[in-house]
Amino acid sequence: MSFDSILSLIQTALELGLISSLTVLALFLSYSMLNVCDLSTDGCFTLGATVGAVVAIGGHPYLAIPAAMTAGVASGFITALLQTKMGIDSLLAGIIVNTALYSVNIAVMGNSSLLNMNKTDTVFTIMKDVLDGTAAADQYRVIVAVIAVVAVIVFLSLFLRTRLGLAIRATGNNPDMVRSSSINPVFTTIIGLCISNSFTALSGCLLAQSQRSVNIDIGSGMVTIALASLLIGNAFLGKGRIPVRAAGAVLGAFVFRIVYTIALRFNMPAFMLKFVSSVIVIIAISGPYLKSQIPLFKRRLEHRPGRRQTNA
Amino acid sequence: MLKISHISKTFNPGTVNAKLALDNLSLDVADGDFITIIGANGAGKSTLFNAISGSFFTDAGEIVLDGTDITLMPEFKRARSIGRLFQDPMRGSAPGMSIEENLALAAGHGGWLSSVSRADKQMFRERLALLNMGLENRMQQPVGLLSGGQRQALTLMMATINPPKLLLLDEHTAALDPATAEKVLELTEQIVSGGRLTCLMVTHNMQTALELGNRTIMMDRGQVIFDVSGQDRKNLTVADLLEQFKSASGKALDNDRMLLTR
Repeated sequence: MSFDSILSLIQTALELGLISSLTVLALFLSYSMLNVCDLSTDGCFTLGATVGAVVAIGGHPYLAIPAAMTAGVASGFITALLQTKMGIDSLLAGIIVNTALYSVNIAVMGNSSLLNMNKTDTVFTIMKDVLDGTAAADQYRVIVAVIAVVAVIVFLSLFLRTRLGLAIRATGNNPDMVRSSSINPVFTTIIGLCISNSFTALSGCLLAQSQRSVNIDIGSGMVTIALASLLIGNAFLGKGRIPVRAAGAVLGAFVFRIVYTIALRFNMPAFMLKFVSSVIVIIAISGPYLKSQIPLFKRRLEHRPGRRQTNA
Repeated sequence: MLKISHISKTFNPGTVNAKLALDNLSLDVADGDFITIIGANGAGKSTLFNAISGSFFTDAGEIVLDGTDITLMPEFKRARSIGRLFQDPMRGSAPGMSIEENLALAAGHGGWLSSVSRADKQMFRERLALLNMGLENRMQQPVGLLSGGQRQALTLMMATINPPKLLLLDEHTAALDPATAEKVLELTEQIVSGGRLTCLMVTHNMQTALELGNRTIMMDRGQVIFDVSGQDRKNLTVADLLEQFKSASGKALDNDRMLLTR
């Protein structure tokens, strides 16, 4: 493999890793902080992609970003409302919203399952024009993604230190305590999911615009991929202060993409992406549990009835 | 300060497991009262606290706290004026957050988007120093690293950092070892008398029930069966208390822990 092709592999992993790390940061907020596994992530990712694409195609490249994020907020609000005010289990609430979003996304794209943005101005093409002729001209995608990721990390680091941020963390960390305190868990869950879903939508919006097209399947399996990245990141930088852990989430997304790209090099077919991400999530979550079971397993082996040694 | 009038609560109504946990109970608590509550297993002591703090709504009756009718007020709103400690020391603080963050949450100063001010940090440090547990030098450590006694002391501080109108202590030293329990009890007395707080405390230790506070009530089957304060209480011994229970409820006291910790 030539040096150039390695470089281009890293480049691709960096781009995709950075853009999808926004979803990982969303899960960092909902899964790690609020302790809610938000299964509407796939649909919300696609929602951000479709809304962003439609607005950009309509001639508003800048407006596409806040529009996509607002759509994400709305989606998160409904998911949160279902689980806090309507007695629907939080996993089920996510699945229900995810299913509904499929129809919404087709409707947003005007009864089509594919939109093309080949001739559309987006934040990426604008950045490309700005950088034209400079040394960084080829890196316009990475630069846009880095700006978004840094903005989100800075926001999260500041936000999670505020009183509201602390209340959201406490809601996930000790629900018993929050229930008997002056924090309203309904309020914190709603705010938390609105914010996290706005990041998921931003992530989808940027991915669609960087690849200049959006289809209805763009977000499928995203929740597992993001969860895998989050857990990989946790293994590297899982302890410490919030900014460090958030950076770990981004690192996890990048490492996941690198591993995946390398696997592709070894002739792993591209369709295996989602299988691999599932396996990573299984290992990362079941690992600590299985490890804790080893002593008991050993004892069982040693302690089988009828095999007791006697001094006869 | 707190006026409870004729509250009742039945759990699992209409089933074979129906249990009348609070039976037309009324209680008047004066401002600055420190009432200790004793009673047999299942007498309704914790249920009374749950009713006051709003973990559930009562089936009948009325609860008025400092002139405000809180009968149907949601739990988190009541929590602004009611501080509460449980037996389980893990229950009152977030283990994954630092001591400082837990205190900041309890203090709740500033708007939703403000973060801990320097003055608050200084105040936390000074208050923590009063606990005499060295916690003032560990403010950035996660609460999960603290021992049960330290966590309960911290919870007590969190519950009283903004003086509540009413402090509910539900056997808050029962899960601690005797020496730590003693220490937390001392802190409790300090904080309650220092802040002139109105306080209800459930305890299974009858000696403590008579020594602490200015009034003792005894509960049985969801009712207050004995209420003593002033000079009568000063002359009371644990033996008298047991005798009182027997004559008021018509049976001997069956709270194992209560009898064992005399």
